[in-house]
Amino acid sequence: MFYRRKHLLAIEGLEPPEISQLLDLAESYVLLNRSGKTQRDLLRGRTLINLFFEDSTRTRTSFELAGKRLGADVINMSVSTSSVNKGETLLDTAATLNAMQCDLLVVRHGQSGAPNLLAQKVDAAVINAGDGTHEHPTQALLDALTIKRHKGRISGLTIAICGDIMHSRVARSNIHLLTTMGCQVRVVGPPTLMPNGIADLGVSVFNDMKAGLEGADIVMMLRLQRERMERGPVPSPREFFRFWGLDAEKLAYAKPDALVMHPGPMNRGVEIDSAIADHPTRSVIKEQVEMGVAVRMAVLDVLARGQGRNDR
Amino acid sequence: MTADTLFTGVRIVGAGVDLTGDLLVRDGVIVDFGPSLGRPDGAVVVHEDGAVLCPGLVDMRAALGEPGYEYRETIASAAIAAAAGGITTLAALPDTKPAIDDPALVRLLVSRGEDTGSLTILPYGAVTRGCKGEELAELGLLHEAGAIGFTDGGRAIGSSRLMRIALSYARGFGARIIQHPEDPSLSAGGAATESEAATRLGLPGIPAAAEALMVMRDIRLAALTGGAVHFAHVSTGEALDLIRRAKADGLAVTCDTAPPYFDLNETAIGEFRTYAKLSPPLRREEDRLAVLAALADGTIDAIASDHQPRDADDKRLPFAQAAPGGCGLATLLGVTLAYVHNGSLSLPAAIELLTARPAALLGSAAGRIARGAVADLCLFHPERIWKVEEGKLPGKAQNSPFDGRALEGVVLGTWKGGRRVFG
Repeated sequence: MFYRRKHLLAIEGLEPPEISQLLDLAESYVLLNRSGKTQRDLLRGRTLINLFFEDSTRTRTSFELAGKRLGADVINMSVSTSSVNKGETLLDTAATLNAMQCDLLVVRHGQSGAPNLLAQKVDAAVINAGDGTHEHPTQALLDALTIKRHKGRISGLTIAICGDIMHSRVARSNIHLLTTMGCQVRVVGPPTLMPNGIADLGVSVFNDMKAGLEGADIVMMLRLQRERMERGPVPSPREFFRFWGLDAEKLAYAKPDALVMHPGPMNRGVEIDSAIADHPTRSVIKEQVEMGVAVRMAVLDVLARGQGRNDR
Repeated sequence: MTADTLFTGVRIVGAGVDLTGDLLVRDGVIVDFGPSLGRPDGAVVVHEDGAVLCPGLVDMRAALGEPGYEYRETIASAAIAAAAGGITTLAALPDTKPAIDDPALVRLLVSRGEDTGSLTILPYGAVTRGCKGEELAELGLLHEAGAIGFTDGGRAIGSSRLMRIALSYARGFGARIIQHPEDPSLSAGGAATESEAATRLGLPGIPAAAEALMVMRDIRLAALTGGAVHFAHVSTGEALDLIRRAKADGLAVTCDTAPPYFDLNETAIGEFRTYAKLSPPLRREEDRLAVLAALADGTIDAIASDHQPRDADDKRLPFAQAAPGGCGLATLLGVTLAYVHNGSLSLPAAIELLTARPAALLGSAAGRIARGAVADLCLFHPERIWKVEEGKLPGKAQNSPFDGRALEGVVLGTWKGGRRVFG
């Protein structure tokens, strides 16, 4: 047992054995899920609350399924983000959750650091399901599991993360995980969507997509947030697609067996061409969803075991 | 008629004064000081081994909770914190609710200061009505009522046209415009200095260049109008280089900084510590060192507390939503002294940055050790240690960016017009 933290708030700071442990455990859950067997006694009597301040069908459903497969009582709470003082809602909610004896709290919030704030106030183990532009740790873990199952390893691979790096929590978590596990990580996108100091996170920066994809083992596309476009970093979706959208021509610069990934939901024709997204051998986008459930089962399992040790 | 007070055997430090000896206060005025004075009958004698006696500190930039934000701090609670920090004169920012854009409000603040008995409040007037950055406030009437300069507080005067008019018009009254130097179109929505650290935390960034850009523009406008511009809480090396050059060119350009900008850098944010969310945001280490260098070479004219009281509800929020600002009255002297102890500043230079130099910018006679001067005094022990702890700071506001830091330099007593108001 390597992972001894109470929460999973970020990938940054995790050590390679902790990541490997989560991935190995997740892999066993992939096999279990495929065999149709269940393990419904593992989280029996535990309460998992999905607390979502931002809409996300995919991530919420994935956590819900993971919790139910392990036998937890799962409750979904969606909190309106239109309330005037979101911060008060956040801490008031924390007090409510403590009263409910919640064991595992999955949080998605539009503000970076909101799960850290909650973790200071709740008794439950907090799992960050995406906070602002900070991190989305389970997404990075499921991406890593997908890569590992296809390539047989993670270390030594060249991975190109492409698109809106600046506003992407998925990019940050993946950068931390993949550099920690010994990958060559590249970030590719327009200069206006590259956050300041990104190279100091141990990545190479490319503005030219073809140069960035040259020889890559994995091409990881990011969702272009349409609402950010209005603030002007890119003139138009069609211009973005012309230079940074993944199509067959650009993909040809990557290795012949390079895999294409996307955290979803996709903007087809903006960051990715439909023919690539649906490609039977190159695209592993659907498999990422399957891995998501297994990874979240592993995370819930490990955090719950930690609670057992603490006499909860 | 109060008794005389005789300070004996202390190091007396003020502008142009540095000696070890005695200082005599009578009827609220410094009557004499020197290596050895006789002891008048009935005088209260004050002596502490190793203590330093200096003018009461003159804080040229502090926000008060009144009017409008009494839940954060009242003038009475600010006066308690100020006295504990050795501050006897304080220039109050006008971006309150309502803003100080009416002569009656200027007079109100002055008289509320007098009511405390321990703190002289020198109000700034708003540059624009409501500090909204749109229409010029009645600068002349505000000046006549006692406003000691004009600023929109934490809001930059973004329009070049408006800044030109303000500089030009204020010049007619011999008044300064105090600018929060930050290009508002670059800083909008930002929560931290744009950098690797902010990128890791996923926080919206403000480029450090937002400060230099505004400083550059306003230096040009000062040259155009002949007006006097003062840049508040300067925090970047680039802006300080511009100010240094403008001063060498003979322009009426001055500036201050605040302790967070020479004592802390962006790493104080750690994992989303909202007490370290300030405006301007904490900078990179090289900027902190540049601020320190500019204090040492005289480019920076004053150290102000930049006191911004906040309550828990303002700060217990996700970082980007938390209110910026730190309280700073009680820590102004202690943090500054850390840079005397490490050799960056001499003690007399540090004291001048906290007393005579800001007083001169404010047109105040305070901040001096001189025969006949009002006896606003601060006695401190430079080596005694205390720890900044939330919940234990004097006054109401507890939002210190220095929370947990040990400081060398304890205020032993504060005197206002010869009357002991602290210690």
